[in-house]
Amino acid sequence: MARINLEHIRHAYGAKPKSEADYALKEVHHEWNDGGAYALLGPSGCGKTTLLNIISGLINPSEGRILFDGTDVTQLTTQHRNIAQVFQFPVIYDTMTVYDNLAFPLRNRHVPEAEVDRRVKEIIEMTGLGGWANKTARGLTADQKQKISLGRGLVRSDVSAILFDEPLTVIDPEMKWVLRSQIKRLHKQFGFTMVYVTHDQTEALTFADKVVVMYDGQIVQIGTPAELFERPRHTFVGYFIGSPGMNVLPAEIAGNTAAVGSESIALNFQPKVKAGAKTELGIRPEFISLGRQGMPVAITKVEDIGRHKIVRAHFADRPISIIVDEDGEIPAEPRVTFDPKAINIYADSWRIGEEA
Amino acid sequence: MEKTWNNKAWFMVLPVLVLVAFSAVIPLMTVVNYSVQDTFGNNEFFWAGTDWFLDVLESDRFWDALTRNLIFSAIILAIEIPLGIVIALNMPKKGIGVPICLVLMALPLLIPWNVVGTIWQVFGRVDIGLLGRTLATLGINYNYVQNPLDAWVTLIIMDVWHWTSLVVLLCYAGLVSIPDAYYQAAKIDGASRWSVFRYIQLPKMKRVLLIAFLLRFMDSFMIYTEPFVVTGGGPGNSTTFLSIDLVKMAIGQFDLGPAAALSIIYFLIILLLSWIFYTVMTTSDAQG
Repeated sequence: MARINLEHIRHAYGAKPKSEADYALKEVHHEWNDGGAYALLGPSGCGKTTLLNIISGLINPSEGRILFDGTDVTQLTTQHRNIAQVFQFPVIYDTMTVYDNLAFPLRNRHVPEAEVDRRVKEIIEMTGLGGWANKTARGLTADQKQKISLGRGLVRSDVSAILFDEPLTVIDPEMKWVLRSQIKRLHKQFGFTMVYVTHDQTEALTFADKVVVMYDGQIVQIGTPAELFERPRHTFVGYFIGSPGMNVLPAEIAGNTAAVGSESIALNFQPKVKAGAKTELGIRPEFISLGRQGMPVAITKVEDIGRHKIVRAHFADRPISIIVDEDGEIPAEPRVTFDPKAINIYADSWRIGEEA
Repeated sequence: MEKTWNNKAWFMVLPVLVLVAFSAVIPLMTVVNYSVQDTFGNNEFFWAGTDWFLDVLESDRFWDALTRNLIFSAIILAIEIPLGIVIALNMPKKGIGVPICLVLMALPLLIPWNVVGTIWQVFGRVDIGLLGRTLATLGINYNYVQNPLDAWVTLIIMDVWHWTSLVVLLCYAGLVSIPDAYYQAAKIDGASRWSVFRYIQLPKMKRVLLIAFLLRFMDSFMIYTEPFVVTGGGPGNSTTFLSIDLVKMAIGQFDLGPAAALSIIYFLIILLLSWIFYTVMTTSDAQG
């Protein structure tokens, strides 16, 4: 259990990074609280796994320092960092039995055999692999193997942190749910710091106290699920979180009005925009109301997905999505209004605050 | 209807059967034919039954040569397999070093066997050979022509030089197929270097090692060209392996009957031992 500090971490895979673009990880400076449950969310190739491998010591960062509880561990090897990591694809030692697989990380650290037995049995119980304990791991199915990989991470309950690198990708949906809640339970019980990489936003939002969104080698926002939803700091967060994502429309800002195409929209604050910045208006489909009043839109498609309908439309020649209640009426001459509280203004993709 | 169809199928495989007959079955049967008959020339043959087989099996000459074969194979396997694994483990996994190492490793394998023999024959000569002269200058009494131990050492070093590469290349192929995630997981699990070898690398190399072991056993058990060129079976009979003895018997002494019987016994021994090794190794594989 530990607080983890990443101090100005940068990483490039090439030997001599010349420009910003050569860095797989651009300047990450962040503190992971002791016992926190974090989800690391982002598209493929955004640097999530690189960041995870830097924390566990599989990769040495090109620049910056890592501290566990204030102690510099940057130069320590993985073996000396007391960290568990579970990988995306199952790794098992296929000449060993399931039991020995689970006991392996403990035995390597010379944990007394009685303690090993107690913890391994607990994990076997949790994963439901009881019948397999004394068989070799070779004949298992992919998701049983992944449960062992997961188990080898969880069996060391005294670790500083457990890092999960999309561990449930190969597990089937029903089992996913079970394992997810078991990981959560173990987290509550033992209080290890947990970093969970995923590109599944549902998983991230239900799982973690804090969600860290990464994009293009940097952390773009850290926040609770509600914060990410209501106040995305970067247009990418807007797109990525939510289904469908946030509507982002190019807008001209003048005082406290935003002009999108020929429509002008009143804002309830006065954003301070630097001259020359590309300004955009962001509004989530949930906060657009469709009715007979407001600004005209042209509807192109209506998708009924059960609990609500997603209306695809053109607003000021821009495609937008609107979420309408299942029994909501779609008028013949549709018009929309935007909830002023839910409007975010972005300059060069970053959100501008209310304070001038 | 079905019978006609079957006959047609037999007809289709006929060319292959003819080829196999000419390349394998007929020569083999010729040997069998010689092994049960006696001849005094003039193409006159007399039935000899199992006499030649009994003669061979009762002769010290056969058992001595067989023992030499077994000792030779055991020694070179005990050296080449571990050495091959160690070299493969230490070969670079990426970068410019990979092709360089692979080419260097493949070089001995590309040299014809009699050339390998000649190289070492010259290399070890006390009068002009680099190795022989150097050892003589250092005051070491080395002479493979006169000393049986020196002859054996020369043959073993030559075989190790010639064939360890094969084991290396096979092991290397097994090693590079291991995904990085395994090594990463092992680091996370705190595995020692030995555990990584024992639980990750060795299991992944098991299949290729089985092939390497079988190939090296069969080849070394049938070794002929190199000792023939280097020592000619000497000094005395100290490096006379079954193959060399067989050629002496068949071509030197023109004892076709005993030579044919020896050939068949030799063939059966290799077949039997290979089958035993294969069975033992694949059974232990299945049990994990």
